[in-house]
Amino acid sequence: MNAINNTNLLSRDTLALSRREVLAGGGAVIVSFSLSPVHAQAPQPQSPPLPGSLKETPLLDSWIRIDADGSITVFTGKAELGQGIKTALLQVAAEELGAGIERITLVTADTARTPNEGYTSGSHSMPDSATAIRNAAAQVRDILLARAAERLSTEIDHVKLRDGTVRADDGKSIGVGELVGDDVLHVQAQPTSKLTDPANYTLIGKPVARVDIPAKVTGGVAYVHDLRLTDMVHARVVRPPGYGANLLEVDVGKVEALPGVLKVVRDGSFLGIVAEREYQAITAMRALAQAARWSETSALPDPASIYTYLQGLPARDVTILDRGTLADASNVLTATYHRPYQMHGAIGPACAVALFADDALTVWSHAQGMFPLRRAVAELVGLAPEKVRCIHIEGSGCYGHNGADDAAGDAALLARAIPGRPVRVQWMREQEHTWEPFGPAMAARISAALDRGKITSWQYDVWSNSHSTRPGTAGSLLAGLAVAKPFPEPPPALIPQPEGGGDRNAIPIYTIPNARVVNHFIPGMPLRVSAMRALGAYANVFAIESFMDELAKAAGADPVEFRLRHLDDARARDAVTLAAEKFGWQSGTTPGRGRGFAFARYKNLAAYCAVAVEVSVEHETGEVRLRRAVAAVDSGEAVNPDGIRNQVEGGLIQAASWTLYEQVGFNTQRLTSRDWSGYPIMRFPAVPESVEVHVINRPAQPFLGTGEASAGPAAAAIANAIADATGARIRDLPFRRQRVKAAIGV
Amino acid sequence: MTTININGQSHEVGADPETPLLYVLRDELALNGAKFGCGLGQCGACTVLVDGEAVYSCLLPIAALGDRNVTTIEALGTLAAPGPLQHAFMQEQAAQCGYCIAGMIMRAQALLQKTRSFTDEELRAHMQPNLCRCGTHMRILRAVRRAAETMRAAELSTKHREATR
Repeated sequence: MNAINNTNLLSRDTLALSRREVLAGGGAVIVSFSLSPVHAQAPQPQSPPLPGSLKETPLLDSWIRIDADGSITVFTGKAELGQGIKTALLQVAAEELGAGIERITLVTADTARTPNEGYTSGSHSMPDSATAIRNAAAQVRDILLARAAERLSTEIDHVKLRDGTVRADDGKSIGVGELVGDDVLHVQAQPTSKLTDPANYTLIGKPVARVDIPAKVTGGVAYVHDLRLTDMVHARVVRPPGYGANLLEVDVGKVEALPGVLKVVRDGSFLGIVAEREYQAITAMRALAQAARWSETSALPDPASIYTYLQGLPARDVTILDRGTLADASNVLTATYHRPYQMHGAIGPACAVALFADDALTVWSHAQGMFPLRRAVAELVGLAPEKVRCIHIEGSGCYGHNGADDAAGDAALLARAIPGRPVRVQWMREQEHTWEPFGPAMAARISAALDRGKITSWQYDVWSNSHSTRPGTAGSLLAGLAVAKPFPEPPPALIPQPEGGGDRNAIPIYTIPNARVVNHFIPGMPLRVSAMRALGAYANVFAIESFMDELAKAAGADPVEFRLRHLDDARARDAVTLAAEKFGWQSGTTPGRGRGFAFARYKNLAAYCAVAVEVSVEHETGEVRLRRAVAAVDSGEAVNPDGIRNQVEGGLIQAASWTLYEQVGFNTQRLTSRDWSGYPIMRFPAVPESVEVHVINRPAQPFLGTGEASAGPAAAAIANAIADATGARIRDLPFRRQRVKAAIGV
Repeated sequence: MTTININGQSHEVGADPETPLLYVLRDELALNGAKFGCGLGQCGACTVLVDGEAVYSCLLPIAALGDRNVTTIEALGTLAAPGPLQHAFMQEQAAQCGYCIAGMIMRAQALLQKTRSFTDEELRAHMQPNLCRCGTHMRILRAVRRAAETMRAAELSTKHREATR
């Protein structure tokens, strides 16, 4: 086990800051369409599977292009969401191609240029895209070396590729640009590659400085929000007062006369305004909202009984684990846990820019899937998908499916109304808060039996809506549902095991002889919901890992030791042991504070993450403060350990905010958490005194991804620490003051 | 036309005088740093300095500026020559999505222009108005402390040079 110390790994003096323009070429309006050859070329049916996304996109030059001038371009279908994926992808490509990352141009998700890798989600970018790029780069390198050896009349063992030049042992050399004629890279990938030996790494495993940060801290063009295209105009939409409300009438006369207004766009209940300047658009949007009359039809369930309501809806029950014989009901411990609706809460409301010109549409968006978005937008505006190009440009962090796709749909409709001029639309804060699809409310019930300190029987039931209503189709976009001829809303989808949706991480990782797990999938959605960081894993790990502590207490065992007692996976044990050791689990806590521990392997097939925390609970107010957190994470081979730390630490703090404070507010008519005052999140005075993340590196092992690993363990560790500090077990999220006060009997 | 002083330069802008400063910075002066986050003074993504004080540019109409001086992150340094805070944020890799970061840096700048000595509690209280959703808080705090140390050290060496001159 190679535990990387959490401090000072980032070489302070050798930070190589890339001067690369974040949006090289992004300022120009280039509308070009090239049909990817990718789907014409499926791998041979008999061949072993290709690594990562090479399975779907097997041609090497879909991933790596080398031009005659020797310049190297790497293509990924994944997108930078602030998770640092660009840098990690550059590291693996540069490592295998023997070039510095500054020599490589990286093109991210763009339907005209990159492979289709679906959504950037589920902590999949490293396993899918980095694996594909790394293997493609290694195979490209070997093709170039073989060609060079032939040209230089030597053997492949006697040539080396470094900084774009192949050099032979005898001193002769040739530039890579001279080796790439005849479409030499336009070939199928092979199932196996000669990957660089970990002993020779110069970039993989190093805390390379992120290439996107310099622009972000100096006011560079870093986000779709910053695009400023020639002749660009500004738009805003007016959304209904609630779900399902229809626009009855709107008097647009006065609004159209306002300064700068170019057009009021109405299509059924879709209502938007386009103006020359942004604040003119906002002013006109407010006037338009005043001038609109809506019918409100939908009623929301009573928030006080939301879980009962949801559990009473028709459900599709799927048994995802059924092993052995369950214990008699009289002999078991049972507990029920709840997680409310919670929101992604991007700091920057959703934004998109769209240009409709020459019967074609270009959309610049920060949504997570450019190819799925293209399909939805094409359907929305009635164009063939080939006539729509979707280009990813960063936005504010999304943490799942938020309003980004919807804003792209809005921009597309508005751009169609103003042909030839790029239209930039951004949502207002209350639109982001009330129209984003939330993380679903969930309920989980666990019953388990103990015998001589070990769990012998386990029954787990989880109730949840869908965790993905992503586009899809035009009917998954708000605009697609609002237009006069609305598109059909696709039926909510169940994400099957092994990854799961509401049942993500519902199967316990622990060794239990008799176990049954049932996923109660509820199609009916009273509130709009979709994928939020970690999906069901947040609630399931919260429930399972809270209950593990309850069982440990019943067994009279230490919570860490009790987990180890039921853990066979050596890597899981390493993560648990390391987190406990670095936290100083044995030495207990400061008086007046509580300590808590939790562990999960994300999706039971990705990163291992153990979290130990210390909390304080103020008796008089019920205020819980997260004081200290220590995490140990095994994401497989660590490409950028500082990137992993940043993600685990960020996930932990974000989940602490969900866990302590967050719950979407609503009454039987409308959503009530309309801005940050109605949906408070963690602020600086409440962040921990220290957060340590220890990365367990596994050189030459598969990449497991990182972004969502710490959310579930953080929630349960906090719950367990509160129980340790107060003796009160709180099973309903979030742990706001009043709930804690009630639980501790103040 | 309204005359406003931005980053040491006087600008005549045509926007309606009621227009909040944020939109003038972004649309008319093409400055990307200040971001729209809430338009309500709840998140701090739009933070700039007005005569050295951190303000929400999303709420401040340009008509209310008078002859006061506005400073945005663009005035603190460049890619090639970043200012102490910008450099410290790069050194600490103190960003994830980064959308809040320009506002964070400007709020921190307001503190560092007044003092380079503060407790951790004071720093957290000072940064309280600004929201980060990615959970980069620990790194942001480290970066501000690092910049303060850099500035303190630079002052000491200047004083030392003056004393020994």
